[in-house]
Amino acid sequence: MNLVNAIMVGLKEIWAHKFRSVLTMLGIILGVSSLVGMSALVKGMENGMKEALIAIGGVEKVRLEENDLPAYQQTMADQAVGCTMNDVYALQKSAPLIKMVTPEMRTRDVTMTHGNRSFTPWNFIGTWPNALEMNQHVVEYGRMFNEIDDEQARNVCVIGTAVRDSLFGSPEQLGYEYNPVGEQITVKHQPFTIIGMFEHYESEQDRKAREFAKTQPVQLVANTNGPAKSRGWGGRRSSGGFVFSMKNNTVYIPLNTMWIKFRATAGSNNIPDARLSNMSVKVADVELMDQAIQQAHNVLMHTHKGLEDFAFQTQEDWADNINKAIKNARMSGGIIAAISLLVGGIGIMNIMLASITERIREIGIRKAIGATFSDVFIQILVESVVIAVIGGAAGLLTSMGLVNFLAFLSPTDNTPVITVNAMMIAFAFSVGVGIMAGLFPAFKAAKLDPIQALRYE
Amino acid sequence: MALIEVRNVSKLYHLGGEEIRALDDVSLDIDGGEFISIIGPSGSGKSTLMHILGCLDSPTHGTIKLDDTMIENATPHQLARIRNQKIGFVFQFFNLLPKLNVLQNVELPMVYSGFSSRERRERALAALKLVGLENRARHRPMQISGGQQQRVAIARALVNNPKIVFADEPTGNLDSNTGEAILELFRKLSQEGRTIALVTHDPEIAAVTPRRIEIRDGKIAKEVDPRLAGLDRGMAVQKQNANQVA
Repeated sequence: MNLVNAIMVGLKEIWAHKFRSVLTMLGIILGVSSLVGMSALVKGMENGMKEALIAIGGVEKVRLEENDLPAYQQTMADQAVGCTMNDVYALQKSAPLIKMVTPEMRTRDVTMTHGNRSFTPWNFIGTWPNALEMNQHVVEYGRMFNEIDDEQARNVCVIGTAVRDSLFGSPEQLGYEYNPVGEQITVKHQPFTIIGMFEHYESEQDRKAREFAKTQPVQLVANTNGPAKSRGWGGRRSSGGFVFSMKNNTVYIPLNTMWIKFRATAGSNNIPDARLSNMSVKVADVELMDQAIQQAHNVLMHTHKGLEDFAFQTQEDWADNINKAIKNARMSGGIIAAISLLVGGIGIMNIMLASITERIREIGIRKAIGATFSDVFIQILVESVVIAVIGGAAGLLTSMGLVNFLAFLSPTDNTPVITVNAMMIAFAFSVGVGIMAGLFPAFKAAKLDPIQALRYE
Repeated sequence: MALIEVRNVSKLYHLGGEEIRALDDVSLDIDGGEFISIIGPSGSGKSTLMHILGCLDSPTHGTIKLDDTMIENATPHQLARIRNQKIGFVFQFFNLLPKLNVLQNVELPMVYSGFSSRERRERALAALKLVGLENRARHRPMQISGGQQQRVAIARALVNNPKIVFADEPTGNLDSNTGEAILELFRKLSQEGRTIALVTHDPEIAAVTPRRIEIRDGKIAKEVDPRLAGLDRGMAVQKQNANQVA
C-alpha cells in the first residue's frame, strides 16, 4: 500500500467520524495555537525590551569616554589629553572593524530662550552630521545640519520634541503639532536658527497608552479615596522610558559651532587638536565586537602615547539581560504550550485506540487478503498523522485569531508578533506528536492475529 | 506435482493446561485445477486445516509446500505476501468493508500488491464481470443482497489470480436458492480451471465437488477421490497394493 493510498484511507476515516475527529483535532489546534500565541507574546515582549536599546543606537554602538589613568600611570596624568579630534581621524583611518566614528562635545549648562520662555536641555551636543545615523535619530521637520554648516560653524540647531514643547508648546497644549523650523532662538546670547526637529520618540507601550487615553472619556475627577497620598516612584513607566525622554531632550549643533562659540562650557580648548567630551563608534559586525574594541584600543594607545586614559562602554550587558529574560519567558511559556500539545497527542492516541478496537474485523479482513504488518502499521500511523497535520494547520490559523484577541485584551501592551519560525516549530511539533501518538495504536493493530480478528464480533 | 503438499501436519492448542489437538498428523495433496470440499462437523478441525492451508496460521508440526515453496517457519510478513499473491478467501459472513463500495472492495487485494490505480480498476471490473456484478460497482455492500455480496467476495478472492481459492461455508448465510447459485458459480469457475476448496459441514453442499475430504477429530476420516474410482482411501490403498502384488 503506497503512501497516497494510506493518506486517502486516513482522510476517509476522518471524514466518516467528523465530530469525533474535530474533537480530537481540537486538542492539537489549542496546543499549536497556544504555542504560537505564547511565542508571539514573548516576541512582542522582546521587541518592547529591545526598542529602548535600539533607540540609543543598538548593541553595535560603543561609547568611548575619558577615564582615570591606571595607578601605574598616575605620574603622567598631566600628559593625558583625553579624547581629541586626532583620535577620531586615527580611528577612521586605522580601525577597519569600526564602521563609523562620531565626535561629541557636550554641555548641560545651556539655556535656550524664545520670547518669554526658556529651557535647558539635558543634551546640548556639538557633533557631526553622522550623529543622526549613529544615535538612530529621525528628522521629522526640516533637515539635519550638513558638512557646510559644520565647516562654516553656522548658528543652526536641530532640536528634539521636548525642546519644542517647552519653547513653543506641546501638541497636547496647543491642540496641534507646532512646526518650529525657521524659528530664531537665543542660546547663551547667541542667535540660533532651528533648521530641523526630530520626531517624537516614545516606547510602543507609551504610544499605545497615549492613543488609548484619547479614545477613553476624560476623567474629570481623579479617582481618590481618603487623604491625598503619593503613590511613589517607579513602576509607572516602561523600562526604557528614560531613554526616550533623554532622546527627546536633545539639541544638536555643528561640532565647529560648539567648539568656536561654546568651547569653554564644553570643556574644550583652542588648540587645533580639539578636545572632545566623548565619541561614539559603531562596530562593523557585532559578532566581532571584542576584536573591534581591541583594534580601537590599539589605535588609541598609539595616539595617546601609551596612556590608557580612556574606556569603552558597550550595551552588551543590557542586551545579555534582555536575551536572558526572553529565554526564560520562552522556556516557561514553551513548556506550558508543549504540555497542552502533548495532551492533544494523548487525545489522538486515545481515539486511535478506540478506532482500531472498532475496526478489528476490518483489520482482520485486510490481513487475510494480504496486508502485511507494515501495511496496517502505516495505515494507522498515517491516520494519526493526518489528524495531527490537519489539527496543526487549523491551529496555525486559529493562532492568528488568538493573537489578535490577546492584542485586543491588553491594547496598551506590546503587540504580539507571530514569527514564521514559531509557526514552523509548532507545526513540526504537532506532526511529531501525531507520529508519537500513532505508534502504539498502529503497533497494536498491526500485531493482530488475522484469524482472531476475523472471529471478533 | 501437487499444488499443495501437506505432510504430517499437526496443530496443538493449549487451553488451561490441557492440550488440544486440532489437527493430528494430516497428510494431503491438492492438485492444480481440483474442486474439492473439506467436510466435517464443527470442532472437527476443518477450519484449522483451512487456516493452515490458507497461510493464515502455521502448523505446530509438519510441513506444507505451496506451489513449490516450502512454508515452514515463514515470517508473518512472508505469509501475508503468500496470502496476497496465491490465495483467495471467501467467508461465510462475506467480510466486505462496509465503508468501501463494491469496486473498491474488489480492488483491495491489489492495493496491497502494488498495482497502479488504472490496472486495479480494469482488473476489478473484469473480476466483477466474471461474477455478473459489473453494474453494481458503485454500490455499497449494504445496498446489495447477500448473494450479491458473496459474489463480490468471490470477485475479490479471484482478482489477484490466486493459485487456490478457499471458501469457508460460502452458503452458510444465504437462503437455499441463492446458495445454489453461488455453488453453481463455483462449479463454473472450477470448469474454467481454477482450484477451489470448499469448507463446509453440510454433505449436500460437499456433494457438488468431485473430491471430498472428511475430517473428524483432527484426522482425515474418509476421502472420496474420483481418480480412485469412488473408493475410499483405505480401499484405494489396498487396491493399489493388490495391483502391485499382482
